[in-house]
Amino acid sequence: MNKAEILAHLPYSKPFLFVDELEEIDENGAKGSYTFDAGLDFYKGHFKDNPVTPGVILTETMAQIGLVCLGIYLSGSAEGGMPGHVMLTSTAIDFMKPVFPGEKVTVTAQKVYFRFKKLNCTVQMTNAAGEVVCKGTIAGMVTNKMNG
Amino acid sequence: MDKEELLTKLKEIVAPYTHDKDALATISPSTDFIKDLKINSANLVDVILDVEEEFDIEIDNLEMARMLNVGETVTIIEDKLKALDRK
Repeated sequence: MNKAEILAHLPYSKPFLFVDELEEIDENGAKGSYTFDAGLDFYKGHFKDNPVTPGVILTETMAQIGLVCLGIYLSGSAEGGMPGHVMLTSTAIDFMKPVFPGEKVTVTAQKVYFRFKKLNCTVQMTNAAGEVVCKGTIAGMVTNKMNG
Repeated sequence: MDKEELLTKLKEIVAPYTHDKDALATISPSTDFIKDLKINSANLVDVILDVEEEFDIEIDNLEMARMLNVGETVTIIEDKLKALDRK
Protein backbone atom coordinates (compact mmCIF):
# COMPACT_ATOMS: atom_id res chain seq x y z
CA MET A 1 0.00 0.00 0.00
CA ASN A 2 1.24 3.49 -0.75
CA LYS A 3 0.84 6.55 1.47
CA ALA A 4 -2.13 7.97 -0.45
CA GLU A 5 -4.00 4.65 -0.20
CA ILE A 6 -3.37 4.50 3.53
CA LEU A 7 -4.64 8.06 4.08
CA ALA A 8 -7.71 7.30 1.95
CA HIS A 9 -8.41 4.24 4.13
CA LEU A 10 -8.37 6.21 7.42
CA PRO A 11 -11.87 6.07 8.94
CA TYR A 12 -11.77 9.64 10.34
CA SER A 13 -12.97 13.02 9.10
CA LYS A 14 -12.93 16.56 10.44
CA PRO A 15 -13.03 17.44 13.27
CA PHE A 16 -11.45 14.17 14.34
CA LEU A 17 -8.85 13.59 11.63
CA PHE A 18 -5.40 14.33 13.05
CA VAL A 19 -3.18 13.37 10.13
CA ASP A 20 -2.16 15.87 7.43
CA GLU A 21 0.74 14.10 5.85
CA LEU A 22 2.31 10.67 5.99
CA GLU A 23 6.00 11.18 5.29
CA GLU A 24 7.46 7.72 5.77
CA ILE A 25 6.04 4.26 6.20
CA ASP A 26 7.52 0.79 6.05
CA GLU A 27 7.14 -2.49 7.90
CA ASN A 28 9.06 -1.16 10.89
CA GLY A 29 7.46 2.20 11.47
CA ALA A 30 5.73 5.37 10.35
CA LYS A 31 6.30 9.12 10.38
CA GLY A 32 3.73 11.83 9.75
CA SER A 33 2.65 15.31 10.69
CA TYR A 34 -0.38 17.34 11.67
CA THR A 35 -1.00 21.06 12.27
CA PHE A 36 -3.57 21.82 14.98
CA ASP A 37 -6.21 24.12 13.48
CA ALA A 38 -6.71 26.98 15.95
CA GLY A 39 -10.45 26.78 15.20
CA LEU A 40 -10.86 23.28 16.67
CA ASP A 41 -13.83 23.29 19.01
CA PHE A 42 -12.12 21.86 22.10
CA TYR A 43 -9.83 24.89 22.38
CA LYS A 44 -12.87 26.88 23.55
CA GLY A 45 -13.04 24.85 26.73
CA HIS A 46 -9.50 23.48 27.25
CA PHE A 47 -8.83 25.78 28.91
CA LYS A 48 -11.16 28.76 29.37
CA ASP A 49 -9.41 31.74 27.72
CA ASN A 50 -6.20 29.74 27.65
CA PRO A 51 -6.25 27.21 24.77
CA VAL A 52 -3.87 24.23 25.03
CA THR A 53 -4.19 20.95 23.10
CA PRO A 54 -5.58 18.26 25.46
CA GLY A 55 -3.33 15.28 26.22
CA VAL A 56 -6.01 12.90 24.97
CA ILE A 57 -5.92 14.67 21.60
CA LEU A 58 -2.11 14.42 21.48
CA THR A 59 -2.50 10.72 22.30
CA GLU A 60 -5.14 10.36 19.56
CA THR A 61 -2.84 12.13 17.07
CA MET A 62 0.00 9.74 17.89
CA ALA A 63 -2.40 6.80 17.60
CA GLN A 64 -3.77 7.91 14.21
CA ILE A 65 -0.35 8.56 12.65
CA GLY A 66 1.64 5.87 14.40
CA LEU A 67 -0.64 2.98 15.23
CA VAL A 68 -3.52 3.28 12.75
CA CYS A 69 -1.55 4.19 9.60
CA LEU A 70 1.01 1.50 10.39
CA GLY A 71 -1.71 -1.06 11.18
CA ILE A 72 -3.44 -0.36 7.88
CA TYR A 73 -0.12 -0.64 6.06
CA LEU A 74 0.87 -3.90 7.74
CA SER A 75 -2.54 -5.57 7.33
CA GLY A 76 -2.92 -4.30 3.77
CA SER A 77 0.58 -5.38 2.78
CA ALA A 78 0.35 -8.87 4.24
CA GLU A 79 0.04 -11.69 1.75
CA GLY A 80 -3.61 -11.93 0.77
CA GLY A 81 -4.28 -9.29 3.40
CA MET A 82 -6.99 -6.67 3.48
CA PRO A 83 -6.37 -3.28 5.09
CA GLY A 84 -8.13 -3.51 8.44
CA HIS A 85 -9.34 -1.16 11.12
CA VAL A 86 -7.36 -0.59 14.27
CA MET A 87 -9.02 -0.73 17.66
CA LEU A 88 -7.04 1.03 20.37
CA THR A 89 -6.38 -1.27 23.31
CA SER A 90 -3.78 0.44 25.51
CA THR A 91 -1.71 3.59 25.89
CA ALA A 92 1.10 4.67 28.23
CA ILE A 93 2.19 8.22 27.44
CA ASP A 94 4.40 10.80 29.16
CA PHE A 95 3.82 14.46 28.36
CA MET A 96 6.72 16.89 28.36
CA LYS A 97 5.60 20.12 26.69
CA PRO A 98 2.35 21.92 25.84
CA VAL A 99 1.10 22.17 22.25
CA PHE A 100 -0.73 25.40 21.41
CA PRO A 101 -3.31 26.12 18.67
CA GLY A 102 -1.69 26.37 15.23
CA GLU A 103 1.37 24.29 16.11
CA LYS A 104 2.66 21.65 13.72
CA VAL A 105 3.73 18.35 15.26
CA THR A 106 5.55 15.35 13.84
CA VAL A 107 4.91 11.82 15.06
CA THR A 108 7.33 8.94 14.62
CA ALA A 109 6.35 5.38 15.48
CA GLN A 110 8.48 2.26 15.74
CA LYS A 111 6.92 -1.18 15.67
CA VAL A 112 7.70 -3.26 18.75
CA TYR A 113 5.74 -6.26 17.53
CA PHE A 114 2.84 -7.18 15.25
CA ARG A 115 1.63 -10.64 16.15
CA PHE A 116 -1.77 -12.32 16.37
CA LYS A 117 -3.27 -9.09 14.99
CA LYS A 118 -1.94 -6.99 17.85
CA LEU A 119 0.27 -4.06 16.93
CA ASN A 120 2.43 -2.56 19.67
CA CYS A 121 4.45 0.61 18.91
CA THR A 122 6.65 3.11 20.64
CA VAL A 123 5.61 6.60 19.59
CA GLN A 124 7.11 10.05 19.94
CA MET A 125 5.78 13.49 19.06
CA THR A 126 8.04 16.47 18.37
CA ASN A 127 7.14 20.14 17.79
CA ALA A 128 8.43 22.45 15.04
CA ALA A 129 11.51 23.22 17.15
CA GLY A 130 12.30 19.49 17.28
CA GLU A 131 11.57 19.25 21.00
CA VAL A 132 9.89 16.08 22.30
CA VAL A 133 6.33 16.94 23.30
CA CYS A 134 5.20 13.48 24.41
CA LYS A 135 6.18 9.86 23.99
CA GLY A 136 5.21 6.39 25.07
CA THR A 137 3.70 3.12 23.97
CA ILE A 138 0.43 2.54 22.12
CA ALA A 139 -1.16 -0.76 21.16
CA GLY A 140 -4.20 -1.88 19.22
CA MET A 141 -5.86 -4.83 17.55
CA VAL A 142 -6.24 -4.89 13.79
CA THR A 143 -9.79 -6.02 13.03
CA ASN A 144 -12.09 -6.29 10.04
CA LYS A 145 -14.94 -4.59 11.86
CA MET A 146 -15.29 -0.95 12.79
CA ASN A 147 -16.46 -1.58 16.34
CA GLY A 148 -14.08 -4.40 17.25
CA MET B 1 8.06 -30.23 33.93
CA ASP B 2 4.85 -31.74 35.33
CA LYS B 3 1.35 -30.40 34.80
CA GLU B 4 1.22 -28.83 38.25
CA GLU B 5 4.45 -26.93 37.72
CA LEU B 6 3.28 -25.81 34.29
CA LEU B 7 0.00 -24.53 35.71
CA THR B 8 1.86 -22.57 38.39
CA LYS B 9 4.03 -20.88 35.77
CA LEU B 10 1.01 -20.09 33.62
CA LYS B 11 -0.76 -18.58 36.62
CA GLU B 12 2.21 -16.25 37.20
CA ILE B 13 2.15 -15.20 33.53
CA VAL B 14 -1.58 -14.50 33.55
CA ALA B 15 -1.65 -12.64 36.88
CA PRO B 16 -0.70 -9.13 35.66
CA TYR B 17 -3.38 -9.23 32.94
CA THR B 18 -6.39 -10.47 34.88
CA HIS B 19 -9.00 -8.24 36.46
CA ASP B 20 -10.56 -10.99 38.51
CA LYS B 21 -8.28 -11.96 41.38
CA ASP B 22 -10.81 -14.44 42.79
CA ALA B 23 -10.91 -16.37 39.52
CA LEU B 24 -7.11 -16.32 39.45
CA ALA B 25 -6.93 -17.75 42.97
CA THR B 26 -9.16 -20.67 41.96
CA ILE B 27 -7.56 -21.22 38.55
CA SER B 28 -8.17 -24.67 37.04
CA PRO B 29 -7.95 -26.30 33.60
CA SER B 30 -11.49 -25.16 32.81
CA THR B 31 -10.75 -21.49 33.58
CA ASP B 32 -11.51 -19.37 30.49
CA PHE B 33 -9.12 -16.47 29.93
CA ILE B 34 -11.73 -14.09 28.59
CA LYS B 35 -14.92 -15.13 30.43
CA ASP B 36 -13.45 -16.05 33.83
CA LEU B 37 -10.24 -14.05 34.10
CA LYS B 38 -11.68 -11.02 32.23
CA ILE B 39 -8.61 -10.69 30.00
CA ASN B 40 -9.25 -8.69 26.82
CA SER B 41 -8.18 -9.95 23.39
CA ALA B 42 -5.18 -7.59 23.26
CA ASN B 43 -3.83 -8.81 26.59
CA LEU B 44 -4.51 -12.40 25.56
CA VAL B 45 -1.89 -11.80 22.85
CA ASP B 46 0.52 -10.65 25.57
CA VAL B 47 -0.19 -13.82 27.56
CA ILE B 48 0.72 -15.90 24.49
CA LEU B 49 3.88 -13.86 23.86
CA ASP B 50 4.90 -14.28 27.51
CA VAL B 51 4.24 -18.04 27.26
CA GLU B 52 6.54 -18.16 24.21
CA GLU B 53 9.27 -16.37 26.12
CA GLU B 54 8.91 -18.32 29.36
CA PHE B 55 9.00 -21.75 27.68
CA ASP B 56 11.14 -20.79 24.67
CA ILE B 57 8.57 -22.06 22.20
CA GLU B 58 6.76 -20.60 19.18
CA ILE B 59 2.97 -20.50 18.97
CA ASP B 60 1.32 -20.28 15.53
CA ASN B 61 -2.06 -18.76 14.60
CA LEU B 62 -3.96 -22.05 14.75
CA GLU B 63 -2.62 -22.87 18.21
CA MET B 64 -3.33 -19.33 19.38
CA ALA B 65 -6.96 -19.76 18.32
CA ARG B 66 -7.22 -22.84 20.55
CA MET B 67 -5.63 -21.23 23.60
CA LEU B 68 -8.82 -19.88 25.14
CA ASN B 69 -8.69 -21.68 28.45
CA VAL B 70 -6.05 -22.85 30.87
CA GLY B 71 -6.34 -26.59 30.13
CA GLU B 72 -6.02 -26.21 26.37
CA THR B 73 -3.03 -23.88 26.83
CA VAL B 74 -1.26 -26.30 29.18
CA THR B 75 -1.82 -29.12 26.65
CA ILE B 76 -0.33 -27.05 23.82
CA ILE B 77 2.71 -26.11 25.93
CA GLU B 78 3.21 -29.75 26.98
CA ASP B 79 3.00 -30.96 23.36
CA LYS B 80 5.50 -28.33 22.25
CA LEU B 81 7.97 -29.20 24.98
CA LYS B 82 7.60 -32.91 24.20
CA ALA B 83 8.20 -32.30 20.50
CA LEU B 84 11.35 -30.41 21.44
CA ASP B 85 12.31 -33.18 23.87
CA ARG B 86 12.47 -30.71 26.72
CA LYS B 87 9.84 -32.19 29.00
